[in-house]
Amino acid sequence: MFSLKGKSAIVTGASRGIGLEIAKVLAECGANVAVIATRENPDIAQEIANTYNIRCLSYGCDVSDSEQVNETFKKIIEEFGAVDILVNNAGITRDGLMMRMKDPDFDDVIRINLRSVFVCTRALARHMMGRRQGRIINMASINGIRTQAGQANYAASKAGLIGITKSNAMEFASRGITVNAIAPGFIQTAMTEKLAAETVEKYKAAIPVQDLGKPSDVAYAVAFLASDEARYITGQVLGVDGGLNA
Amino acid sequence: MNEELLKKVTDVVVDKLGVKAEDVKPESSFINDLGADSLDRVELVMALEDEFDLEIQDSESEKFLTVADVVAFIESKKG
Repeated sequence: MFSLKGKSAIVTGASRGIGLEIAKVLAECGANVAVIATRENPDIAQEIANTYNIRCLSYGCDVSDSEQVNETFKKIIEEFGAVDILVNNAGITRDGLMMRMKDPDFDDVIRINLRSVFVCTRALARHMMGRRQGRIINMASINGIRTQAGQANYAASKAGLIGITKSNAMEFASRGITVNAIAPGFIQTAMTEKLAAETVEKYKAAIPVQDLGKPSDVAYAVAFLASDEARYITGQVLGVDGGLNA
Repeated sequence: MNEELLKKVTDVVVDKLGVKAEDVKPESSFINDLGADSLDRVELVMALEDEFDLEIQDSESEKFLTVADVVAFIESKKG
């Protein structure tokens, strides 16, 4: 059950945090994995390949750049023979209050968090359509559903990502390709470490489970949605948030 | 009609729509006879672009109702 043996996956933003954990868990489930990040990480790829006895390749690529993505994905398809799973995980924050938010703060977040999903999914759509199978998992955020001050750019990008998830789900459904989003709550990563200690305590108190999540909590949800068993689930946003959005 | 071109187009149609070669006739309608949906049509157009090394605009591919339409279009482009 839930084995990904013989499948191949692409994970973007996989050099650290949630993305790295997703790459490891997919590998643990038996999938070959291509890890994509701004810079190539051959050491990480080697370590994952050795630990889980699968093939792991590393590529440096700007996921919002069509040309780079098309070229990189073509190489990955050649290397693995096919790609079954795409995890659009790359994301950044540039928090700031509206009055002070600069144009690049808005544009960079929309480009990396949202445009990248369009570019990467399009780059694989034809391949997956032709094979009549595929799993696309987009990393949303609880902030794309119920958000807070100072994240106009981030919230817009994640809400937009939920929109593209639902539209793609409708478009690809007849071809055996499912498209879902995962909306993590507060997960312990470098992104949440930037927050002040009292903010973290405040959120802990508001989370029904009364603890921050771990990257692996998100990664296991990805592994399930990537499995053959999840074939009837598409167009959904799965919260992994300790009940924060209940 | 250019028979060689018809054969090449038929091959692409068979590959993309999963139909039998003997069912693909010049007058075959993609939607009514060959069971293509909108996604199939897009896949077919992209495969034709690759096969014949040309770019087909949406405004042009919208006019592809039958196999003969495609053959005529490629003939006009390729001279």
